[in-house]
Amino acid sequence: MLKTLTLLALATIIFSCNSNPKKESVENKKAEIIPIVDFDGAKPLLHKDSDTLYVVNFWATWCAPCVKEIPYFEQIAKEFTNRKLKVILINLDFPNHYESRLIPFVEENGIKSSIVMLDDPDANRWINEINTGWSGSIPATLMYNRHERRFFEQEFTYDELKNAVTSFDF
Amino acid sequence: MILFISMVALAATTALGQGYKIGDKAMDFNLKNVDGKMVSMANNVDAKGFVVIFSCNHCPYVIAYEDRMIDLHNKYAPKGYPIIAINPNDPEIQPQDSYENMIKRANDKNFPFAYLLDKGQKVFPVYGATKTPHVYLLNKKGNDLIVEYIGTIDNNYQDASKVTETYLANAIDDLLAGKKPSVTETKAIGCSIKIKK
Repeated sequence: MLKTLTLLALATIIFSCNSNPKKESVENKKAEIIPIVDFDGAKPLLHKDSDTLYVVNFWATWCAPCVKEIPYFEQIAKEFTNRKLKVILINLDFPNHYESRLIPFVEENGIKSSIVMLDDPDANRWINEINTGWSGSIPATLMYNRHERRFFEQEFTYDELKNAVTSFDF
Repeated sequence: MILFISMVALAATTALGQGYKIGDKAMDFNLKNVDGKMVSMANNVDAKGFVVIFSCNHCPYVIAYEDRMIDLHNKYAPKGYPIIAINPNDPEIQPQDSYENMIKRANDKNFPFAYLLDKGQKVFPVYGATKTPHVYLLNKKGNDLIVEYIGTIDNNYQDASKVTETYLANAIDDLLAGKKPSVTETKAIGCSIKIKK
């Protein structure tokens, strides 16, 4: 108990010494929110037995067409907020860019959708499990519910994304 | 109506299935290297084959593999399988991948292999490349170049020391041993090719 208290006291001192304590605490909070998973950890997100339409986008901060379409995924979630639609963003940045790129990107753009970082370099093992037609380029998007699955190895405009989403029964 | 639907379906299938498959004859090209000279595979009569890698300057996955590409070229070019890197991206869409920046990157990294620009983007669609890096291992058979392996270099882009499957090197070793590669197709995440709109 005493040990815990000492550690807490130490942590308080360290944090109050930080020149920008507010930013630090926000980043720490986000860091807890965005999990880093391997493919086995990501798999449950790709196979939910549900009426909800899951829109799962594979992206990275260094991928210009991905970054361009991220607002469209945010917007589609907002537009269908009363329907059974959920956007999941699966990030493929390099793990050593988690703090330097992913977190700042999410903060600066105020991303609301769920995000996980997929850190599993042996992609030959898992790409075909997501879709056998996927060559591995990003951006790419999987849309599915319990009745149907579709895969899109392409960049979307908002209209294209909306057309793809509304072609599902949800 | 049914005919129309099947035609659309056929068109969609063709679009997805474009490009080379294992065993296909690969097209030669005549593209400008970073040294200003034009390069064709036909010019290299001594080679037993070629490792054509669609590559570029900007893509983090390419950058992660550059040193391994240099090592592979230094190991396998003397054995008859040089690397030829081709940048398929349109520089107007991705300015970092301009010819000038290719020259700079090749000089900075001291590339021992040819690094060509797919000017007009006519080569990559024939091969069916969709991303960088995207590897095509070609083997000479008479006057033909046969596609023997398509895919990725190995199974860990992040850390060369953690690689457990050296797919490309294994495929070249198989060809050198007079065998067909045991693994002919692999996949990896890569940067989409930036196509002129």
